[in-house]
Amino acid sequence: MHEMGIVSGILTASVESAARENATRINEIRIRVGELTEIVDDALHFAFEALSPGTLAEGATLVVERVPGRSRCVECGTTFNHGRFDVECPSCKNYFCELVEGRELEIESIDIDLPDGAEAGERS
Amino acid sequence: MKVDLSKPILDRNERFAAENRALFDEHGVFVLDLLASPGAGKTSTILATIAALRDRYRIAVIEGDIASDVDAQKIKAHGVPAVQINTGGACHLESDMIRRAVDALEIAEIDLLIIENVGNLVCPTDFDLGEHAKVMILSVPEGHDKPYKYPNIFARAEAVILNKYDTMPVFDFDENEFREVLRRLNATVPVFPMAATKDQGVAEWAEWLAARVESQRARTGA
Repeated sequence: MHEMGIVSGILTASVESAARENATRINEIRIRVGELTEIVDDALHFAFEALSPGTLAEGATLVVERVPGRSRCVECGTTFNHGRFDVECPSCKNYFCELVEGRELEIESIDIDLPDGAEAGERS
Repeated sequence: MKVDLSKPILDRNERFAAENRALFDEHGVFVLDLLASPGAGKTSTILATIAALRDRYRIAVIEGDIASDVDAQKIKAHGVPAVQINTGGACHLESDMIRRAVDALEIAEIDLLIIENVGNLVCPTDFDLGEHAKVMILSVPEGHDKPYKYPNIFARAEAVILNKYDTMPVFDFDENEFREVLRRLNATVPVFPMAATKDQGVAEWAEWLAARVESQRARTGA
């Protein structure tokens, strides 16, 4: 259950950035989580509900985008998606492959409300 | 308003990990993060490794446990510097804990630093401590199907020690199936069958580790 630590990292970074923009609240936090990490979505949401009250992110939606495992063959350069098992180049059947994606633990963006009058023309 | 962050969630952990690694490299120290379930034989493996390599290298140990200092005491009893980290309930070590522990060691007087992580096959895998290699110990009584259940740790390990190998006759452990699953997760990882408390197979593992210590020295010019 290291998701508590993960979520407190998400909250710290999101709240810092939101405060820098003088936000009144955070509506949404989007994160990217690689399929090859040991992160469980349910535990993330549980931890988020436990830790977000009392912060700018209280009531915000946590959106989790999953990034599949992706590797590049060291021999022939083919790049391919894969799961946890059998990371084998589909072209030359080689096992020497470098991981390109799949271990992400990244905050992509936040959606915030600004004080009245401050956000005209800025909403994306 | 949407604000792009594109920032690692474990930003703080990754910053400390990078600082740790830079400090280790500056002093030419090779750092091993040892991972296993509770009871797989992490401390016994460390003691066997110390016995095999202490004449060649200056070794120190960081012990991670939720509570108590029994493991650090066992290491110190063999005359090797050891620092205990108590995580106070946390299921894994983080890089700032390692930083504080390193402050309590004479880093310039160390060639090989072994970190015994908290006994857990899940949480420690996502945290970089600034180590140079993660090594996994599986003990025979745990069963050959562990890589199916905890794939990530087996996929990330740079070596796997198969400990309590002497108990093979009394457990239903299918070594061929274990090696086959492991190959599917981590095609090139070396496996070291070992019985740490009986000094069986320790020499092969110690040679692998010594080669890593030497390449770290060569790389850093220490």
